[in-house]
Amino acid sequence: MTRLTRRTFMTAATGAAATATLGAPSFAQAYPSRPIQLICPWGAGGGTDAVARIVGTLLEKDLGQPVTVVNRTGGNGVVGHSAIATAAPDGYTIGLLTVEIVMMHWMGLTQLGPADYTPIGLVNEDAPVVIVKSDGPYKDLKALIDAIKANPGKLKASGTAQGGIWHLALVGMLQALKIPPSAVPWVPSTGAAAGLQDLVAGGVDIVCCSAPEGKSLVDAGRVKYLTVMAPRRDPTLPDLQTLKEITGAEYATGVWRGIAGPKNLPAPIFDKLLASLKKAYDSKEYKEFMTNRNFGMSWSAGPDFGAFMVKADAAMGESMKSAGLAK
Amino acid sequence: MDILIQAFLLVVRPDVIVTILLASLFGLFVGAIPGLTATMATALLVPVTFFMDPIPALGAIVTASAMAIFSGDIPAALLRMPGTPASAAYTDESYKLGKKGMLDLTLGTNVVFSAMGGMFGVAILVFAAPWLAEVALKFSSFEYFWLACLGLTCAVFISTTDPVKGFASLFLGLAFATVGIDPVVGHPRFTFGSIELLQGISFIPAMIALFAVSEVLRQALVIGDPVEQVSAHIGNIFKGIGAMIRRYKFNFLRSSTIGVAIGALPGAGGDIAAWITYAVSKKFSKEPEKFGTGHIEGIVDATSANNAALAGAWIPALVFGIPGDSITAIVIGVLYMKGMNPGPTVFLHNPQLIYGVFIIFIIANLMLVPLGLIAIKSAKQILRLPRQLLIPIILMFCIVGAFAITNSILAVVILLVLGILGWVLEENGFPVAPIILGMVLGEMLEMNFMTSMIKADGSFLAFFERPIAGVLGAMTLLVWAGMIWTGLRPKRAAA
Repeated sequence: MTRLTRRTFMTAATGAAATATLGAPSFAQAYPSRPIQLICPWGAGGGTDAVARIVGTLLEKDLGQPVTVVNRTGGNGVVGHSAIATAAPDGYTIGLLTVEIVMMHWMGLTQLGPADYTPIGLVNEDAPVVIVKSDGPYKDLKALIDAIKANPGKLKASGTAQGGIWHLALVGMLQALKIPPSAVPWVPSTGAAAGLQDLVAGGVDIVCCSAPEGKSLVDAGRVKYLTVMAPRRDPTLPDLQTLKEITGAEYATGVWRGIAGPKNLPAPIFDKLLASLKKAYDSKEYKEFMTNRNFGMSWSAGPDFGAFMVKADAAMGESMKSAGLAK
Repeated sequence: MDILIQAFLLVVRPDVIVTILLASLFGLFVGAIPGLTATMATALLVPVTFFMDPIPALGAIVTASAMAIFSGDIPAALLRMPGTPASAAYTDESYKLGKKGMLDLTLGTNVVFSAMGGMFGVAILVFAAPWLAEVALKFSSFEYFWLACLGLTCAVFISTTDPVKGFASLFLGLAFATVGIDPVVGHPRFTFGSIELLQGISFIPAMIALFAVSEVLRQALVIGDPVEQVSAHIGNIFKGIGAMIRRYKFNFLRSSTIGVAIGALPGAGGDIAAWITYAVSKKFSKEPEKFGTGHIEGIVDATSANNAALAGAWIPALVFGIPGDSITAIVIGVLYMKGMNPGPTVFLHNPQLIYGVFIIFIIANLMLVPLGLIAIKSAKQILRLPRQLLIPIILMFCIVGAFAITNSILAVVILLVLGILGWVLEENGFPVAPIILGMVLGEMLEMNFMTSMIKADGSFLAFFERPIAGVLGAMTLLVWAGMIWTGLRPKRAAA
């Protein structure tokens, strides 16, 4: 607690000092005067990394300074998220936050939460889908649910680490359907790709992940989507029914990604970054990139993104506690 | 046929040719610097490929990674430092061969068999891609568990010293692999409250430390002494290669095949292919006693296999979007960026691009021989450099390389600590290679064992219930039984 207080004090002090000395208009015009680091808490080559890189490239074009994507991986995202939070709030270190920021602290991995950042903008949101083998015994979601109810504990699911977002999505869906979460044991995997491969190999029966992650195997005819856990259908998959349409049970969650800086980012810098990010989000390149990869577009700016995270944090805490995953 | 012509026209363009030439030189340079890996070369290329068309972008990655995997062999032979982890399996062997005055033959073997292995891999990639990926796709955690067991068993084959010391090193590596977040239940282990340690002990800094920094320390002790030249002159490296090809054609075919298969297995790349084929080579050699003393046979096998694995890794990456190794994990990202979403549809929608990539693969392996020769000839200058200059520069590259992988100062700490540890261990007869293998396979072993147990509701029999797992498991148990039997035999004779 001492450490936290001191850090809070220090960042507040630095922030105040920064605002005092750097708040002058001359500075606002000067920012950015050197390269900016964009920290990505996930590895090079993955989906989050790709989003960070496209955003970085577009910010670079607008800001006129190099924006370098730096991958700080490990610890289920703790390492990268904490690197963003503990950086100096001078606008030269920003980062990509992912849904894990509202999950990790409930699991006791870190004390970091949405309050430790200056939210700049949400840039993407993806809903979970339920995937099974195409040549397997379950022709639709109803058949799968019947099989789960008939043999609780027999079917296994995978798609991410224990307590990861897709694990929670499955638990949330089962609870909404009034099935105990233990009816489908979770097999942890290093990611959606590993889980999907295990599904094809017959190691697990169900995979829960985002639609773009499953797309190439669905196109290959190996696996099929059964439902999407979202309030409405995915515009890129117009034939896929939502959970509510099929079962009447209401449950929606998802992953999201957004850009943020350390806490107490000076207002002129925040304004500049927000304007630049908005431009990037609205650009043709960003839209093309996101559509090509089937990523969902979603935008909310600064304080709205902050409020979004606070709401997501509370909801996540509730579902993690009821799933027995919170510490 | 139309598609082939289209693909050919896409490749034979000045900008594409210039790009792949530059990427080749970049790959050769990065691979030859100990600590900078083929994966790193690929990762460094990604921001550049943002601005390119699909063909030059993928072409740059293909050529740079093929060149880097080969040129990792050069410092292995000259300085006993693998340029990339893929050369680690036979670093000692090539260095000892060089000391025996057979440097030309070693480097010639590296370049020619690398190119041939690469070509073999491309042939498989082009003709048998769908079928091979099908086999690898049938692997679940049960099969991977047995593969990890076989891999760890290799660590014991590789260690030439006292088996007890080999086991000690292996367990040290496995212990290092447990640091960080538990891969199954997500609980932090041995992190002592450090956020940085949650990511565990990264493999690349550890590899650079154990293979390069320990060597730097060894050299630092004799830095004032006159420079010991391995061979002042690199002559005709192609002399005697024809005889090598005739003599070891079976080894080449066997190891290239194993290399492609291991490359196509998700998660295992050129480095594991080299370790396994080297061990297989020793096991089936007519002269296993020569291994470890400076014998070319194991090098032929492993140097072919690591380049073959490179093309093999593209098979599941292109066909199903599942990366075969860390390089293709990045490639998949680039494919998506270029709108060439991996999967069978890419063969339907953009076949000319896929065939273009295949053509570049062939060109890259053809260019490997002349460009590799240039790299070898210029790498020779490294030997002429005074140690006082060379050693600090290498240490600097090691530190930069370690930092670049994780962007964290912890990597530098790991590098220095493990460097000193590796040096002390080696001076006392403990091999360092098993530590690396333990670190690479530790998490794979644990993760697949635990997930298999969850799937099987705690039944050990499930490890033999699936046909492929059953065969792999039986193989592993037979190998272990054989090892125990040979281990016990001398005792009985003595008693």
